[in-house]
Amino acid sequence: MTTIVIPEGMPQFDDVPRFDVEAVRADFPILSREVNGHPLVYLDSANTSHKPRQVLDVLREHYERHNGNVSRSVHTLGTEATEAYEGARAKIAAFINASSPDEVVFTKNSTEAINLVAYAFSNASASAAGDPRFRLGPGDEVVISEMEHHSNLVPWQLLCERTGATLRWFNVTDEGRLDESNLDELINERTKFVSLVHMSNILGTVNATSRITERVREVGALLMLDCSQSVPHMPMDVVDYDVDFIAFTGHKMCGPTGIGVLWGRAELLAAMPPVLGGGSMIETVALTGSTFAPPPARFEAGTPPIAEAVALGAAVDYLSGIGMRAIQWHEKEITAYALDALATVPGLRIFGPTVPVGRGGTISFALEGIHPHDVGQVLDAQGIEVRVGHHCARPVCVRYGVPATTRASFYLYTTTNEIDALVRGLEQVRKVFA
Amino acid sequence: MQLDQLYQEIILDHYKRPHGRGLREPALSADGAPHRSGEAHHVNPTCGDEVTIRVAVDGDRISDVSYDGMGCSISQASASVLHELLRGRPVDAAFEVHEAFLELMSGRGQVTPDEDVLGDGVAFAGVARYPARVKCALLPWMAFKDAAARAGVGVSPEVKA
Repeated sequence: MTTIVIPEGMPQFDDVPRFDVEAVRADFPILSREVNGHPLVYLDSANTSHKPRQVLDVLREHYERHNGNVSRSVHTLGTEATEAYEGARAKIAAFINASSPDEVVFTKNSTEAINLVAYAFSNASASAAGDPRFRLGPGDEVVISEMEHHSNLVPWQLLCERTGATLRWFNVTDEGRLDESNLDELINERTKFVSLVHMSNILGTVNATSRITERVREVGALLMLDCSQSVPHMPMDVVDYDVDFIAFTGHKMCGPTGIGVLWGRAELLAAMPPVLGGGSMIETVALTGSTFAPPPARFEAGTPPIAEAVALGAAVDYLSGIGMRAIQWHEKEITAYALDALATVPGLRIFGPTVPVGRGGTISFALEGIHPHDVGQVLDAQGIEVRVGHHCARPVCVRYGVPATTRASFYLYTTTNEIDALVRGLEQVRKVFA
Repeated sequence: MQLDQLYQEIILDHYKRPHGRGLREPALSADGAPHRSGEAHHVNPTCGDEVTIRVAVDGDRISDVSYDGMGCSISQASASVLHELLRGRPVDAAFEVHEAFLELMSGRGQVTPDEDVLGDGVAFAGVARYPARVKCALLPWMAFKDAAARAGVGVSPEVKA
């Protein structure tokens, strides 16, 4: 009989932080509703997450007690609203370990955050005074990947069309991983900007970024991560990741819709020209010309989504209270369970990594001979909500030769019972279309 | 079960055994010239369903409706039913059926379909109650309209004139 000696310092099962999933579920009012006569089984959190009562209460209380416009009122309500808005900024900065709240720019969503950077490039390129790091022209290259959401693809396509720069991309392997085999050729001295998805919204792949960061630094380019699917599900430390920009959105992390975040390194935000002009983003205005506020105000023209930002602050409090490490581990267990369970369904093919390593809790699959639309419809009749379609990542579907996929995605409130319901639901789908 | 209303046996039959599937060259008239024809390719950008419809016209009669595509059971069965209903009909009668089908699909389940006009198309009455799927059912019918216009028998004013 052999005894396995666990080396000192290795993490143990008991060391992993945990939380009471049923207690968490009780925080989400919507999880107790029925759909088509069945208990709701919500497996579409990669699309949008649900909101706990703690967040909804803050949203309501803001409007009931502290409603005023921000950064322009001397009255009490305006001051309270401004404090709440800026307080949320500070909470979000701490959540991603930003060195200052001023590095957090509120946007409408990830899409707007990414477009903000793309249009800053555009504006800098159109002006002789533009910072050289943001000037693009023929001969320059922008690098993305084949697994981008359209929101991290189309803005760069458009930017390259406007400036004459060339768009290039990493391919994806058969296993759904980023193909880094041509890293040194792809990211080269002509590369000005690399924007990469951190976790794929369709394959579930979590990209390891350190080799890419190293290469980006070597050639003197800038790096952005689209963290729409990662920040809600795992700890994020922008200093540790050594990136230049990240984008994420509130509604996928227990916050409301209409609020997103662009985080940028302070010195880079300071070097970027404004994108939207208007109130709040100026320093002084004359009819002959204007000067602009420092970041983040420079990029927040007009009245921002105040209550939404405050509620996102509450969402960050909620997630931090449970612990991002614990949430990440819970989803890892659910994902491992789901990968095993789905493997028992005849004719089911998974797109993306089939092991719960280097991937998050988002699983796309096809059922042989049955269109995803039909899969989603029969599941919905049983109260099981999944997403079907190309998931705004059409190049990925083309890569694997399918028009669409069915996607189940998990969050902190997902249970193994719900995975079992999915597997039973898929049996029903196969019966209807047998 | 509600699903039965959506996935009627008729729809599943057309999906599993589509009628008249495959794009065909237009037949030749007595004088040796091919029938007038037009083709349209329509895509549902939200789900990626695709259908190509080719319409051939001989005088005032739709001599053939051929098609190809990929997509869900609703969109593909709808193409099969469209082929069954419109092929061989006089142009005017075909557009009457077309209009009746559009009316049925935009009726949110409140329209009672006439089986004499719509034939197997009545099976789609249940689909009209699922707003997310109405587009699927209409995809081939919208492509038909464009293809017919290209064959010179469209109902859009600029084609008619």
